[in-house]
Amino acid sequence: MRASSVRFFGAGMPRSIADWANLGALCFFLLVFLMPLYLMVVTGLKDASNVSLSSMWNLPTYLSGGGFSEAWKRLWPSMVNSLFMTIPATIISAVLGAVNGYVFSKCKFKGSNLLFIAFAFGMFIPYQSIIIPLVKFLQTINLYGTVLGLIAVHVVYGIPITAMLFRNFFDTLPNELIEAAKIDGATLLDALLRIMLPLAKPAFVVTGIYQFTNIWNDFLFGVTIVPNPKAQPITVALNNLSGSFSVDWNVVMAGAVIAALPTALIYIFLGKFFVRGMLAGSVKG
Amino acid sequence: MNLGLRDPAWLTYAQMFGAARWQCDLRNVVVFTILFLVVAIGVGLLLALLLDRRLIGCGFFRNVFLFPYALSFIVTGVAWRWIFNPEAGVNLLFNAFGINHLLATVGAPPLKPGWITDPSVLLPINDLLGKVFPAANDLAVQIGIPVALIPVVIAASWQLSGFAMAMYIAGLSVVPHELREAARIDGANEWQVYTRVVIPQLKPVTFSLVIILGHISLKIFDLVFAMTGAGPGFATDVPGIFVFEQTFKAIRYNTGAAASIVMLVLVAIVIIPYLWRTLGRVR
Repeated sequence: MRASSVRFFGAGMPRSIADWANLGALCFFLLVFLMPLYLMVVTGLKDASNVSLSSMWNLPTYLSGGGFSEAWKRLWPSMVNSLFMTIPATIISAVLGAVNGYVFSKCKFKGSNLLFIAFAFGMFIPYQSIIIPLVKFLQTINLYGTVLGLIAVHVVYGIPITAMLFRNFFDTLPNELIEAAKIDGATLLDALLRIMLPLAKPAFVVTGIYQFTNIWNDFLFGVTIVPNPKAQPITVALNNLSGSFSVDWNVVMAGAVIAALPTALIYIFLGKFFVRGMLAGSVKG
Repeated sequence: MNLGLRDPAWLTYAQMFGAARWQCDLRNVVVFTILFLVVAIGVGLLLALLLDRRLIGCGFFRNVFLFPYALSFIVTGVAWRWIFNPEAGVNLLFNAFGINHLLATVGAPPLKPGWITDPSVLLPINDLLGKVFPAANDLAVQIGIPVALIPVVIAASWQLSGFAMAMYIAGLSVVPHELREAARIDGANEWQVYTRVVIPQLKPVTFSLVIILGHISLKIFDLVFAMTGAGPGFATDVPGIFVFEQTFKAIRYNTGAAASIVMLVLVAIVIIPYLWRTLGRVR
């Protein structure tokens, strides 16, 4: 009998001492991994009077909104900024990625592989290495300090990874699809719009999730390109919240939960696509 | 902005490499990278192997272990900063779990590390370095493991060992079961099956992880910035923070740019051969 078929029928129950030790180790790691999340949620639910260093691991002594209402009040403008930045940037970079990935997969030309490696390197360039010319350039084209500027930067930085995700996807589609369309008189552009894009819905989901998470979680571009606190994304606002001298830990932890919520929900509900993008993003050619 | 060349042209670099802070940064990023790779890849491999037996709840365990990867480094930094507050956090757990009580009975002082507030450097190797490279005698900083960096390694590993685990799980899924069966039939015990058969098959995954996590740690910025900043005596300062502060706080564009080029070169040394290897072959 194949091992994989055994597993579905009760083989998951621990039967030996080794199995129990294995399960025990997993439970230990589970506690370690959940510990910071527990602390964030529990501290966020405490009132200012209930937060003290010595009782930080305890559950709140009574139920209340804790720091959440204050955190929400202070973070929601930047939450809106983040949404206005992340959603358009995600959509635009997914569309660009589809076109680039299509060319790299189905319209190979001399040197296209070399160009693709150059593209891929772009994914790894440290943000710091381009930040000075980037700021100068954004100032020249009057996009410095605007959400539009942030969108543009995230779209450009997303070009390599989105091209790679779509190229990997289009590589799985047979070239005959395009050959057949060509025989019917279609151009390469027709083949992309009529045949490839409708088939690429899963790639759009994977790329969209990847880019949404990346852009939402970015900090450096947010803090350098938009100096005006009113226009900054939520990661910057959260950092400012915790950086002030009199730290209300319940508010900060509630803020951390709020800032984490969109990507956390995506992970919880669309985990399969999330993992697919993550593994493909690790350049497994 | 004065765009004239300095005389000599590499003066900015020379001054930067002579400065104690930049020497701290290079030490920190190297130490951080090594520790982080060992912990994150080690824990990731261990989790993947623990899950490989497909016991009850393995899907749930896997999802929880990978969850931190979806969060922002800023969120991680903010949360772990409080956990490693020396007056609270893990130090309270030492009391709660009776570790300090145990130490008191044998007459030892209670365990109360300063964590992110501790400026000291463990295992200094300056003398040793000085014997091998005479130039190391000119270093302005102690080369060793900065204590305050250890909590940052733990936080980064919390966030990214799930990623290593996922890569290993993907790698394990292509190690054929027949291979393990064959080893068992040949009389190998479970330990030998894993150390001699399965783990060697995972070498390409480990290689990818060293490159990918290594380049993340060379670029690390947000996590350290939110958790400790430059740290006590620059104990947790890294090139990413240095570039940011030189450029946008001190407005020394030349130093910021020089440091950012060093970062780029470090990342390129790691990444370009890897890209060439994984993508360069004719498909």
